[in-house]
Amino acid sequence: MASITVKNVFKEYGDGFKAVNDISLEIADGELMILVGPSGCGKSTLLRMIAGLEDITAGDLMIGGERANEKAPRDRNLAMVFQNYALYPHLTVYENIAFPLRLNGKYSDEQIRAKVDEAADTLELKEHLERKPSQLSGGQRQRVAMGRAIVREAEAFLFDEPLSNLDAKLRGQMRTEISRLQRRMGITTVYVTHDQTEAMTLGDRVAVLRKGVLQQVDTPRELYTRPINLFVAGFIGSPPMNFVPASIAGRTVTLPFVSFDVSQEVATALGERELMIAGIRPEHFEDADMMDEGKLAQSVTFTDHVDVTEWLGNELFAYVPFETTAEVHENLKGLARELDSESLRTQLVVALDAASRIGDGQDAKLAFDPSKMHFFDPASGDNLTRDLAVVAH
Amino acid sequence: MKRREGPWTILGAVLIIAWALAPVVWIISLSLKAGDDINNNKFWPTKFSTENYETVFNTPLFTSALRNSIGISLLATALSVAIATVAAYAIARLDFPGKKTVLSIALAIAMFPAVSLVGPLFNIWRSVGLYDTWLGLIIPYMSFTLPLSLWTLSAFFREIPWEMEEAAQMDGATPWQAFRKVIVPLAAPGVFTAAILAFFFAWNDFVFGISLTSTDAARPVPAALAFFTGASQFQQPAGAISAAAVVVTIPVVVLVLLFQKKIVAGLTNGAVKG
Repeated sequence: MASITVKNVFKEYGDGFKAVNDISLEIADGELMILVGPSGCGKSTLLRMIAGLEDITAGDLMIGGERANEKAPRDRNLAMVFQNYALYPHLTVYENIAFPLRLNGKYSDEQIRAKVDEAADTLELKEHLERKPSQLSGGQRQRVAMGRAIVREAEAFLFDEPLSNLDAKLRGQMRTEISRLQRRMGITTVYVTHDQTEAMTLGDRVAVLRKGVLQQVDTPRELYTRPINLFVAGFIGSPPMNFVPASIAGRTVTLPFVSFDVSQEVATALGERELMIAGIRPEHFEDADMMDEGKLAQSVTFTDHVDVTEWLGNELFAYVPFETTAEVHENLKGLARELDSESLRTQLVVALDAASRIGDGQDAKLAFDPSKMHFFDPASGDNLTRDLAVVAH
Repeated sequence: MKRREGPWTILGAVLIIAWALAPVVWIISLSLKAGDDINNNKFWPTKFSTENYETVFNTPLFTSALRNSIGISLLATALSVAIATVAAYAIARLDFPGKKTVLSIALAIAMFPAVSLVGPLFNIWRSVGLYDTWLGLIIPYMSFTLPLSLWTLSAFFREIPWEMEEAAQMDGATPWQAFRKVIVPLAAPGVFTAAILAFFFAWNDFVFGISLTSTDAARPVPAALAFFTGASQFQQPAGAISAAAVVVTIPVVVLVLLFQKKIVAGLTNGAVKG
């Protein structure tokens, strides 16, 4: 097992396009690092560069403290699980798992049998060993691909969106399975995904990429509570953070639907601003009618018209449209495009307690805790109050 | 709902089968007519006899030709497929300058009529000493079947996803191991198809066989048939020729029956995503 260090790595294509732009990452021995970002952000390219399937234009790649830029994939001793599993269709499950061992040439048939049996036990593939991949279900194929990776003593695991071809239910199960396996084996892992739920639940640390540039590397908690910029804030969390145009004069922040005072620290950090973007997560809103007095006193309340509600059983989503300025609207539209989503209208998405009685077309009294709010510079997207955000524990 | 064959379909099928098999049956029937029975003006022999087959197998002209045909066809096929496999892999996978040119030249070669090349080849072969040798036939057979094998196989290789190779590399395979243990087995239907097509070409060829040989040293069966006489020179050789023709058809039929499934897979696989 080994640490993986990526130092100022670039990937530039013939036409000058930089798929990976000056990325530096330290992945500690035994750590599970997630590379996440919307499609085309360079996460897969970076993984393939670590694997050796893609050349590194500039920068250093160290595996276990040794420079590996020029090493062929087979000499890097990394195990990889591909998005479409890449099982060998002409070999049985047993031979698929045994394939890397047979290539190695150092193992006797008995040793191979023992190792394959052990891997098959771990992944509950015992009864499928003599079948061909085409006779297996998606989840079973996925496990065979995992088996092929764990059967050898690789320095690290590389996962390239391994769950994206599975249905939602199976994805959840396999996610837990991968997490359990990785913790038990304690093997360094780099895991690429575009799904932020996978990123949040699996990773020790998560690296968020955007257009080939690394935005933030942090624990899931840090990413959620203290996003470094508009992009990370919008990417992490589901449903995504609400972005609202805001201005500040003195200590008074004005949003399209409410004005309130912020703390002195926040006001100092922000200064006087005509325009900024305020961000608050849907789950940080509450139905004011259901809150106790003490909590209500710390919150900002406002009444607004609820357009549509969606009751999910465990929570209630309410949609509250608001007016925005053209400049912010353009800004948010650009961001939505980058995040692979389509924002059709400017509206607050509010996640309320499922017991709330707010319904479609009603005026509702909502509340939020201003200390949970982030403020972003509309031009650069930087989070202006990141240092003041409280990390949830 | 299960589709039921109507009378017209059955009639059509019978007609097509009769159309295709009549000449074959006729040749088999001829080969079973002994001596002058060949002039009996009937479709079937008056008396079934294996005389022609005995004659054929006792004629050194035929037995040596059979040996030549088998040897030359197998060698030409093996060489053609081996070269085409490696070349097609390169064409399908690597990006090198002149890739398109290689493919179009290969196609151009396949379009050349064999007859136009036989004359020059005859002259060259005589001066370099390849005339009337196995190698002298293996080389043209190999060259003429290469383009087809190349096109068939490169289509196959293109169908194999890149990830297969990448997975093999990650599993610790050298490029050669990845090729041999993953790519070639996956392209097996294509390799079979190419091999069988190449074998048919070599086995059935007449033009090169008759022009580039002069003795039993290398003359293949189709050419040797032209030199057949009957049991005596006053007899018509038609019976013996038919018997020989039946004998040389057998390997082809056996091959097709053996690899029928693989060929069908091979001929359709390139078109449909697997």
